[in-house]
Amino acid sequence: MTEAIQQLVNGLSLGSIYALIALGYTMVYGVLRFINFAHGDVFMLGAFAGLFLYPLAGRQPSIGGAVLILVLAMAICAAIGILIERLAYRPLRERPRLNVLITAIGVSLLIEYGGQHQAVLGKNPRTFPDLLPSTNFSVGGAVFGSHQLIVLGLTLLLLVALRFIVLKTRIGMAMRAVSFNPQAAALMGVNINVVISFTFGLGSALAAAGGILYAMNYPSIEPLMGVMPGLKAFVAAVLGGIGSLPGAALGGLVLGLIETLIKSTRWSNYADAVAFAVLILILLFRPAGLLGKTEVEKV
Amino acid sequence: MKAARSKLIVLAVLAASLGVSLISPRLDPYFLDVILGIGINIILAVSLNLINGHTGQFSLGHAGFMAVGAYLSAALTSFLAPKLLGAVPGTVALQSFFFAALLAGGLGAALAGLLVGIPSLRLRGDYLAIVTLGFGEIIRVILQNMESVGGASGLHNIPQLTSFFWTFGLAGIAVYVIVSLVNSTYGRGFIAVRDDEVAAAAMGINPTRYKVTAFVLGAFWAGIAGGLYAHLKSSLNPTGFDFMRSIEIVVMVILGGMGNTPGVIIAAVLLTLLPVGLRELPTLTFSLAGKPIDLVWKELQMVIYALFIIAMMLLRPQGLFTWAPRKKAGE
Repeated sequence: MTEAIQQLVNGLSLGSIYALIALGYTMVYGVLRFINFAHGDVFMLGAFAGLFLYPLAGRQPSIGGAVLILVLAMAICAAIGILIERLAYRPLRERPRLNVLITAIGVSLLIEYGGQHQAVLGKNPRTFPDLLPSTNFSVGGAVFGSHQLIVLGLTLLLLVALRFIVLKTRIGMAMRAVSFNPQAAALMGVNINVVISFTFGLGSALAAAGGILYAMNYPSIEPLMGVMPGLKAFVAAVLGGIGSLPGAALGGLVLGLIETLIKSTRWSNYADAVAFAVLILILLFRPAGLLGKTEVEKV
Repeated sequence: MKAARSKLIVLAVLAASLGVSLISPRLDPYFLDVILGIGINIILAVSLNLINGHTGQFSLGHAGFMAVGAYLSAALTSFLAPKLLGAVPGTVALQSFFFAALLAGGLGAALAGLLVGIPSLRLRGDYLAIVTLGFGEIIRVILQNMESVGGASGLHNIPQLTSFFWTFGLAGIAVYVIVSLVNSTYGRGFIAVRDDEVAAAAMGINPTRYKVTAFVLGAFWAGIAGGLYAHLKSSLNPTGFDFMRSIEIVVMVILGGMGNTPGVIIAAVLLTLLPVGLRELPTLTFSLAGKPIDLVWKELQMVIYALFIIAMMLLRPQGLFTWAPRKKAGE
């Protein structure tokens, strides 16, 4: 029982990081109908931004410093996300979707392998500093790290903030309108380019938060660290129903739990493969995802 | 007439590769290794071109099919051949066994192609890309955990049976089979599916069947190429068949022009030579903010691939070697 609770918390904290990344995939898919392959790399850049901003926070674990680093890293990655869309994806907007997808793969490889060069980030893993004083405490025999709870709490906070932006603000309404029907939204006076840039910024900021939270729990960061979490978060987005925000959050949590469960069995070596098996199964049996709507294809 | 001519060309390629393979022991081994690598990459690129180019699908798992063929044929020649043929087999027996092992590898890969194809080909574009990518990763993880074929440390001491004859003979046949298929009456269906799936279906073409056919045949040749690769390098490692290997093949198809076989062959040759050329370039040293930085060209291979992909999609999506007016590439 103790072990079960412990694994549950581990799974939820891993899952909430997947959820933060999955939200970016789902939002971009909602407005542009394509998968931003480079999203996992923005997650990685978020972790590195945290590392480089650390001296700003006085090299001491403190709450104020951690908040400052988090906000700045989110802002930096939002700018990077907007820049990627502007330079690589916008010129292709009228082209076949496959071309945009291929470009996205190119951008992703460029960030990963460009980043591996010694003049940029370097190949060797670096240690992520402790942004916050960490303690462990035990509840009925199960031991939790304070970082795990911070991950859970912060994810919840960001989800509420995102929900507010999407449902209660003007730009959120514009996002929903573009996702529903871009042409009609444009006719109603919505500036599609602004909405798309905003969506990329918002998604990238969440990925950056995910990157920092991930690095706090697994404090060894390198340029390829975003590949696997990025792919798994994509699976999470599909699992929840791509285009659906609550779906992405739910999918992330479910996938985190499944992965933690597998890791605690003797099949732990297959943990990475399981995410893809989940993807294939969900596409076979419920392609719209857990919370997605089935779309009728029109000619 | 045209069919007869292309059959003659295949025969000529077969004869020429047999001729060259007689003198190949006298060639520089490194040079021969590069040349055979070109032949293997031609098979890989042309077979992926059937899936990604002619049929308009997007597979990111070609290295996975290659791995199936490589491991299956290598296991046959390493473990089964000594038992069946004795310790010192005759040349004819060994070469025919090698051919059978290659075929078995190809068929195994084709079966894998069928397994991935049937469930995932109902998906389009981006989903298919991720599923094939995921499939490639699943294959790699399984191989890493299969101790009978060496697990994570890899399979070694595979007999070096890949010769000029087998590589270029099979490359010639692969190109012939795929080109003839696409140009046949039946094969026009692939292009119809690429150009407009709904319209093709309305004309009585079954898109799923065409897509599965493309996947199975593409996977078969990827498996053959994997078998040749295994018996060329004589050792295999699961990490050699990761996502990056798939990307390499995808870059060949994109650079050559999706659906343009001659262009894809040129691109396969050039991109096999690229890492060889980069290795020859001298290391540049310059200083950045007081720190000396070595610019090792070989380390930039993936960056160059990435720039190729982005530049091609932005500037010349029809490929470098397509001069004819652009045909509509599928969405």
